[in-house]
Amino acid sequence: MNFLQPSTWAEALAMKAAHPEALPIAGGTDVLVEINLDHNRPDTVMDLTRVADLAEWATEDGLVRVGAGVTYTRIIDELGDRMPGLAMASRTVGSPQIRNRGTVGGNLGTASPAGDAHPPLLASDALVELASASGTRRVPVRDFFTGPKRNAARKDELIAAFLIEPATGPQTFSKVGTRNAMVIAVCSFALALDAGRRRVRTGIGSAGPTPLPAPEAEQFIEGELDWDGRQPPSDAAVARFGELAAAAAKPIDDVRGTAAYRRHALSVMARRSLGWAWQDYRVGWA
Amino acid sequence: MKHKVAVTVNGHKHEHEVEPRLLLVHYLRDVVGLTGTHIGCDTSQCGACTIHVDGKAVKSCTMFAVQADGRSLTTIEGMAKGDELHPIQQAFWDEHGLQCGYCTPGFIMAAAYLLEQNPNPTEDEIRKGLEGNLCRCTGYVNIVKAVQTAAKTMSGTTAGKTQVAAGGN
Repeated sequence: MNFLQPSTWAEALAMKAAHPEALPIAGGTDVLVEINLDHNRPDTVMDLTRVADLAEWATEDGLVRVGAGVTYTRIIDELGDRMPGLAMASRTVGSPQIRNRGTVGGNLGTASPAGDAHPPLLASDALVELASASGTRRVPVRDFFTGPKRNAARKDELIAAFLIEPATGPQTFSKVGTRNAMVIAVCSFALALDAGRRRVRTGIGSAGPTPLPAPEAEQFIEGELDWDGRQPPSDAAVARFGELAAAAAKPIDDVRGTAAYRRHALSVMARRSLGWAWQDYRVGWA
Repeated sequence: MKHKVAVTVNGHKHEHEVEPRLLLVHYLRDVVGLTGTHIGCDTSQCGACTIHVDGKAVKSCTMFAVQADGRSLTTIEGMAKGDELHPIQQAFWDEHGLQCGYCTPGFIMAAAYLLEQNPNPTEDEIRKGLEGNLCRCTGYVNIVKAVQTAAKTMSGTTAGKTQVAAGGN
C-alpha cells in the first residue's frame, strides 16, 4: 500500500491529480474498518489529517462553511447552535472515540445510504464543495449522492467542505438501530423547519440506494402548517405527512431490517419529528 | 515503502520505520512493546484498543501508525505513577470493575477521557461516555460504580451528583 500524506491543501490537490486512484482518508473510521475486514485493499491511501485548512470552519456570505476534516465532536461542541439537526445526528455517530476521529467529509466520501450526517444535510439544503487542481465547484447535497456508496466527486476531486445556512427554525434527527451506540442505522429521518421561508425540509437515511429527501411530504405539510397562529397541525395531516415520508423511501430487505419495517418506522419517525419540531416552533422561534 | 513514525508514548519518544499498512495498535504492541492495549475486534466495535492521541480517546485499531506521526499518545501503561495506581485503576480494583480483564485497559482509557471532559458525571453520562466499549463478561454495573468512585477520588470529594448504579439502561 502506498501512503501519501500531503501537508497542504494545494499539495493534496496536486497529489490527487497525479494519483486519481488514491483513497482519501481522514479519521479512518470507515476506511480502516473496510480494510481490516478485507473488504477493501486500496493500492494508495491519502491521509488528509495533516491539511490544516480542512479542519477549519468559518462563516461566509451567510453560510457556515465547514472543512471536510472537522470532526463530529467539534460539530457538536462548536456548531451545535447553528446546525442543531446535524449536531443531533453527530451525537448518534459511533461512540466518543469515533466522534473524535470521524468527519462529515468522510461520511460524504463514503456516501453510504446509512451515513448519519446525510439526512440532516439534506434537510438543511447543504452544499458540498468539491475541489481539484483545475478548480472548485459546489454541488447541492440533493445531487451529490448518485448511488450506493457513490457520489458526484470525480476521480481527481477531493471533498473540501460542506456549506449550511444557520438554522432558521427547529431541526430534529431520529434514528432506529439495535442499540444507541456503534450501530449502522436501520433507518433515520431528519426534519428542518425554515420559519422565515415557511418551508419544510426532510432527509431519509438507510431506506434507499442513497439518502433521500421526501419532497411530496414537504410540499404537503408546508401547506397544512399554521405558520402564523402556530396551532398544531391536525392528526390527519400529521398522519398523511408520515405516509408521504414513508412513500418517498425506496427500502430493501437486508440484514438490518425489512423494507416493510423501514417504511413503518419512517412514518412513525416523520410524525414524531413533526410534533417535536412544531412544539419547538410554538414555544421558541421568533 | 516504509515510512517514518516518530511519536511520544507515555512521555517517551519513539522513532521507527514502518509499513504504512501497520495499524497503530499493532505498532504499540509489536514494535514499541506495550501490550497493555488490547485488540478485541479490530473493526472499532469493542473499544478494547482505546488510547489517547493528543489527549483525545480514539480506537487505535482504526488508525494507521503513520497517521500518528508527531502525536503524543497515552496508553494504559502511562496511567500509573510507578507503583501507585491511577485513581481510575484503583477504583476498578476496589469496585470489582472487571471480571476477565480483557476490556479493562480500553474502559479505563475511555473513562479517563470522560472524566477529563466531565469530572463529575451522572450515571447516565458515564454510561453514554462508555458507549464505545464492550465488556462481554457484562460487568457494566461495577464498571459504572468504578467510574463514579474514581470521579469522587479525583475531585477530592465524596459529595457529588453521582448516584448509586441501579442496573442497566
